[in-house]
Amino acid sequence: MYGSLFGSFDSPAFDDFRLVENALDQLVGRFAPSAAIRAPQRAAFPPANVGATPERVDVYLFAAGVEPKGLDISIQQNLLIVSGSRNVPVDEQADYYRKERFAGEFRRVIALPDDVDPDRVDAKYRDGVLHVTIQRREAARPRQITVN
Amino acid sequence: MAGQDLAKRESTQAEPKGREQELALAPPVDIFEDVHGITVQAEMPGVSKERLNIQADRNNLLIEGDMVIDMPHGMEAVYADVRATRYRRSFVLSGELDSDKIEANLNDGVLTVRIPKRAEFRPRRIEVRTA
Repeated sequence: MYGSLFGSFDSPAFDDFRLVENALDQLVGRFAPSAAIRAPQRAAFPPANVGATPERVDVYLFAAGVEPKGLDISIQQNLLIVSGSRNVPVDEQADYYRKERFAGEFRRVIALPDDVDPDRVDAKYRDGVLHVTIQRREAARPRQITVN
Repeated sequence: MAGQDLAKRESTQAEPKGREQELALAPPVDIFEDVHGITVQAEMPGVSKERLNIQADRNNLLIEGDMVIDMPHGMEAVYADVRATRYRRSFVLSGELDSDKIEANLNDGVLTVRIPKRAEFRPRRIEVRTA
């Protein structure tokens, strides 16, 4: 399930590869390195997935425990920029054994396809996932040409 | 929205059976202890209360959850940091923790699990009497 968004390696030939990759991910963290020029370093917050259809582009930011009103979402040309901060209260009286959760300010820049329409953007926050939908321009959509 | 319905339906129908080896994400956690007990805070964005599974016995605490993501039909992945839709992580408990009294709370994808210590194990301050 979700193969179309969570990696497009769903053919059986990739299963072994995925297991190895998964083991590696567990070992070194959740993030596969990316060659994208704006890709953040490993363990950057928040992790993002991007999916596209001919009509729109969907960006998912996995940002649990963030106050949605404090998020700053903007689009410049074809770049989606999301910034904000996450406050993780620290209990001064307690002893910490693990502190893996990100706390503080964050900013992510995500390159979108060139044909997105910055005027038609919708953002929702639910269960800790920020879902930004950006419509694509009509002209860029594939059209069926009928021969008369 | 059709996309949302589809995503939900897929996730219920395609529930993997006997695929325990399916890749699962280890959610990042903060774990801290005070005099009353231990608190685990785990990040599981995309998981709703209905899709959360917490199991505890004397020795183990298991946290599991499935994401439900609202996706339009026919979507193709462009980029993915998150490459699985299931979270799973387990912890070994110690004897002084009272796993019958665990409390859990999920808020905006942050799961807080509170495991109290058995009363007899809570630290008592020993007064030193002077003669």
